[in-house]
Amino acid sequence: MECGKMYDVSIIGCGITGSAIAYELSKRKLKCVVIEKENDVAMGATRANSAIIHAGYDPAEGTLMAKLNVRGAELCKELCEKLSVPYAQIGSLVLAFNNEEIQTVNMLYKRGVANGVKGLKILSYEETKAIEPNISKDVTASLYAPTAAVVNPWEYAVALAETAVVNGVEIILNSEVTGIRKSGDAFEITAGNKTIKTKYVINAAGVNADEVHDMALPHSFNIIPNKGAYYLLDKTEGKRVSHVVFQCPTKAGKGVLVAPTVHGNLIVGPNAIDSDLNDTSAKDTDLSFIRGTAVKSIPSVDFRANIRNFSGIRPNSDRDDFIIEANGGFFDVAGIKSPGLASAPGIAEYTVRLMEENGAYFELKENFINTREHVRFNTMSHEERAELVKKNPLYGRVICRCETVTEGEIIDAIHAPIPARTVDGVKRRCAAGLGRCQGGFCGPRVLEILARELKVPRESIEKDRAGSYIVRRRED
Amino acid sequence: MYELAVIGGGPAGLAAAFSAYQNGLKKIVIVERDRELGGILNQCIHNGFGLHRFKEELSGPEYAHRYIEMLNDTSVEVKLDTMVIEITPDKKIYTTNPSGYEMIEAESIVLAMGCRERTRGAISIPGTRPSGVFTAGAAQRYLNMEGLMAGSRVVILGSGDIGLIMARRMTLEGAKVLACVELMPYSGGLNRNIVQCLHDYNIPLYLSHTVTEIRGTKRLEGITVAKVDENRRPIPGTEMNFECDTLLLSVGLIPENELTRAAGIDMDARTNGSRVYENMETSIGGVFACGNAVHVHDLVDYVSDESARAGAAAAEYVKGVRHKSDCALFENGYAVTYTVPQKLHKDTKAEKIDLFFRVNKVFGKSRIIVSSGDKEIAGFKRQFMVPGEMQHIILPVDKLREFDSIKISAEGEEK
Repeated sequence: MECGKMYDVSIIGCGITGSAIAYELSKRKLKCVVIEKENDVAMGATRANSAIIHAGYDPAEGTLMAKLNVRGAELCKELCEKLSVPYAQIGSLVLAFNNEEIQTVNMLYKRGVANGVKGLKILSYEETKAIEPNISKDVTASLYAPTAAVVNPWEYAVALAETAVVNGVEIILNSEVTGIRKSGDAFEITAGNKTIKTKYVINAAGVNADEVHDMALPHSFNIIPNKGAYYLLDKTEGKRVSHVVFQCPTKAGKGVLVAPTVHGNLIVGPNAIDSDLNDTSAKDTDLSFIRGTAVKSIPSVDFRANIRNFSGIRPNSDRDDFIIEANGGFFDVAGIKSPGLASAPGIAEYTVRLMEENGAYFELKENFINTREHVRFNTMSHEERAELVKKNPLYGRVICRCETVTEGEIIDAIHAPIPARTVDGVKRRCAAGLGRCQGGFCGPRVLEILARELKVPRESIEKDRAGSYIVRRRED
Repeated sequence: MYELAVIGGGPAGLAAAFSAYQNGLKKIVIVERDRELGGILNQCIHNGFGLHRFKEELSGPEYAHRYIEMLNDTSVEVKLDTMVIEITPDKKIYTTNPSGYEMIEAESIVLAMGCRERTRGAISIPGTRPSGVFTAGAAQRYLNMEGLMAGSRVVILGSGDIGLIMARRMTLEGAKVLACVELMPYSGGLNRNIVQCLHDYNIPLYLSHTVTEIRGTKRLEGITVAKVDENRRPIPGTEMNFECDTLLLSVGLIPENELTRAAGIDMDARTNGSRVYENMETSIGGVFACGNAVHVHDLVDYVSDESARAGAAAAEYVKGVRHKSDCALFENGYAVTYTVPQKLHKDTKAEKIDLFFRVNKVFGKSRIIVSSGDKEIAGFKRQFMVPGEMQHIILPVDKLREFDSIKISAEGEEK
């Protein structure tokens, strides 16, 4: 980084919110940097969530959440197509099991209509059963939302951030922000061992957003970290449902859902429990609650097909809505709880408009690159694969057996605009190790390819966060 | 067009290909995804292989080498570094390797894909997700093939054979193996491995215990182990903490049958393998299966025997031998987990068949009973039977032909 360089905009945090804002800003003529404390992007809530693009009937009318969810969901579909992100608009169902819940479903319907959600329908038990045959016989009615979708959330964030990088945005990893100082009209951000000068700051720090806010401004909100655990089941269970199946929301959130993933697995969860900032453990009590609750919707879910449990932390706040506010040149984009993933591009648009209203106006570029190539061997036809291997033999060698990921795709991930540096970084970019053997077979091969491509010894390759070493050299 | 395509070049595929060659086939291809033949044997550098098959004690690579040498003088073709992507019911095989994506056709197919290890997810161990949690086989590969150590303070969950072997191996390499923890009240591994890999190195074996928590945000920092009740639920108050940087999982093996399922072949939910006849033929005529892709074996010697039968049967098929659909079904009776084969062609020319099964209880003096309805067809005495050791009986086909359903059960002194 150039010494003494002044950035126009610094974004703190590179989860889905930071990535979407970076993408939106990269359409403009400006110097922008994203500062991330972890060793990769999409390392917080973005990588551990339900992976749902909600239709937009949940948030109360008139809230930012309502407006940005509907807008974000619309934009998400276009973006995933342009940037080659796995996305499937499969629709969602909210199940009612009694009269009180039928009232809730009716309320959600009205709310959805008011929020501008298209195609909502209330279905009877028979109508629900006809499109989702494995639902419980205790279901009495449901709300059907055809615009709800599933997405690969971390690839969504990676794609947005990568496109931003291709269009000139810088990303600084492994740099936790520890101080923000106002200096004249600008700010000085201390991040790791660097000082970054910037005219504007965007606080997209997820679960740490209250701390980051307090570095620059008087305290004004609290983040209340809230944990949700999940089951990810084998593809043998992937067709158990064909929609995102919710139960009626409660004060604690949208409840336990059962849904297919874009990779063809089945995701079941989450629970909701207030937690520590960094507590991503899945406890036995979390897991038994999820099992017990999910089978009320879909009694036949076979939890023996589990391939992974994980937990994510929601950046809930002490306010009812997203916190997107301007304070001089400092912009909070905080408390981005559910439906944050669905809202992200809407949030980005809104934030940039808010910046413009506050004097941070940047002209649009003429040459914005708004595409992203991603080779995906396992979704190709036989003919396409044959062509691909002819062009580059490395696409002919399968490394991950479960997800059929080739060496060429792994090398693409390692040399991408935001390069994969860890085994899990490779997984998040090309799905190697995501499948039923959970990297048992391909882990050693991915580690070998990473070491070879990066020209480092194998024992220096990490699994995930900084410090998560995998192997040590055998002593002779 | 090949006469036979063998999917997998591990011990099962090697033995099937060699047997098919001995039985007269010339155009045989083995498709292997790894860079060399031998499969998992290549990382099993301990001895104990081949006592039955070669009447001497070999290491894994030596055992594989015997078969590779036998194949050297044959016309069997080998495609290495080649992954099979899809097998169609009409025996088209789509393969890929760096020299090209191609379809090969064969008159017959032997499925010999082996198995994979169950993971942390399969048993839902609660806790965080640090590095340092490996399947035992992955740690074995790192150590024996790549000279890399998985860690230095180790706990092993599961007393399957790979876990036991790795307890000894990690100890010999200077790691401290703190404990081997087994959920069941008995070990899942061979008795000889309990003695030679745990007792000889004073590594404690905790039966009826499990791991209830994994800790650490970067690298594994520690685990909690608790005793379990008769329903295998942890008993509060029995927790023990271990500070360790490595947890190896040896919690079972699952036959690899993604290709099999995609081809529409009938599966057995008990074995997770295809349902096979006495000649190892699957529900698709001319497609055979053998080795750990059918059911998980204890000894490679038995894999070789079974695979030789599959190879011979593939040769018969190519020569035009077809069976009538009339068959008898083998059923799992009392204390029997599964039976292989699951079906018997009544018109088979074989005089006797090999039948394999596992019990789900520990028995002392006991009997294996083969029956149909009220009629006992055969009985076999045993001094003891344990779930960790596969049972093998040989049945005369003449005594079975009249029945449509034949039950295998165990009875005797339960422990």
